[in-house]
Amino acid sequence: MTDVMPVLYAVLGFTLLASIVAIEAKDLLSTVISVSAAGAGLAIIFLLLGAPDLAITQVVVEVVCMVLLIRVAIRRDDTTIDRARDMFHVAAGLVFGGIVIVAGVYAFRWMAPFGEPKMTVSQLYLDRGLADTGAANAVTAVLLDFRAYDTLGEATVIFAAVIGAYAVLRHVGRRHHEAIGHEPDC
Amino acid sequence: MINHGTLPYLLALVLLGIGIYAIACKKNLIKVIIGVIVIEYAVNLFLVLLGYRARGGAPILEEGQSMDFFATHSVDPLPQAMILTSIVIGLGVVALMAAMAVRIHEKYGTFDLSQIRKLRG
Amino acid sequence: MKRSGMSLIVKEVTKLVTGFIALYAAYIILYGHLTPGGGFAGGVILACCFILAVLAYGKDFTSRMITGAGAKAWDTLGATLFLAVALLGYSVGGFFANFLPHPGNFKLVSAGTIPVSNVAIGIKVAACLLGVFLALSVYRPGRPSGPEE
Repeated sequence: MTDVMPVLYAVLGFTLLASIVAIEAKDLLSTVISVSAAGAGLAIIFLLLGAPDLAITQVVVEVVCMVLLIRVAIRRDDTTIDRARDMFHVAAGLVFGGIVIVAGVYAFRWMAPFGEPKMTVSQLYLDRGLADTGAANAVTAVLLDFRAYDTLGEATVIFAAVIGAYAVLRHVGRRHHEAIGHEPDC
Repeated sequence: MINHGTLPYLLALVLLGIGIYAIACKKNLIKVIIGVIVIEYAVNLFLVLLGYRARGGAPILEEGQSMDFFATHSVDPLPQAMILTSIVIGLGVVALMAAMAVRIHEKYGTFDLSQIRKLRG
Repeated sequence: MKRSGMSLIVKEVTKLVTGFIALYAAYIILYGHLTPGGGFAGGVILACCFILAVLAYGKDFTSRMITGAGAKAWDTLGATLFLAVALLGYSVGGFFANFLPHPGNFKLVSAGTIPVSNVAIGIKVAACLLGVFLALSVYRPGRPSGPEE
């Protein structure tokens, strides 16, 4: 395990630094670029952890995410918001973040250590993946044969999110409503 | 000295804490969206870290590999399959939040949350 | 977002590159059961190909060929194909059973219904993301919101 750990820690530190910069930057363009850098660091971490499918997906999802965020955030007439911090909000945020981290650290004693997973069900998927499904890629075999119902659930969730975006971005015509005597209710 | 068994998990939790801080403390709506994105990254990272096997390879069988070597020396494929769908769902959620942010900007003229709370719609 | 698209260099390079991106997406989708990739990654890459074309040429030029209604139609087609594969599994054993034969290993036509499911998921994800991008880019804050809204 010692051959991959230093590089893993270095890229993990880069991702943490990029996300801190993304949140604290004053300029919205720097924010979007920093969050894309954090996503790229995450893709390298996935590659180091032996997950090439995830690395491919993370890189292209990062690209589309950046296009959407630039569409929303960058405007010609935007002024950066630079007000005094509300002390109550900062204190509440730090307290909740701290509670999550402390609770997580206490939960580590019941988890298997890093590098030795328990693999109660996955050993079966690895042993019989090629024989039962005929797919050499074990992740695809799990996703589309052993656990295909979860993939159907994922398709439904994406469908619902996209329909929600369509519904939010719809113009309800005022002229049509005035013609038939209704109040606009969109 | 450095406990390799839990330090990667701790760093993933720190990333989660950064995302929670961004959602709770920031006044700009875009920074809140960035906080949600960082929380998604942290959760995906944590679950993929759970499945790593020391000195393991990717769970893709090649032509000349023996099944026994593959079954004992590859990482866990189950968290990877679940996180693959989760990454694409995260993109759908970002698209929905971007649509809502565009509408809020049209209606209120600003992304500042303290102003949006004060104005009535 | 300017309506007339980007500069000449971007348009010429996009003409050359878009076909290769679509071919790469098709490779990632079809070989998803043999090499890393699969339906989700290939679908997002295919959506990137169309988004590049819309961004480089502008909305006015591409709105005849790449429409929101077309994206919605392909989206429902992909979802219906995936559900059809799931329900046809009833002919063998149960819901989502793998009912096509598996002839050999490490070949393109193998692993039963998995390549068909990959293609369906790829079409669905690509059309969803393209539809969301078109809705966000076409949206213009035109009407002033009155007091009754």
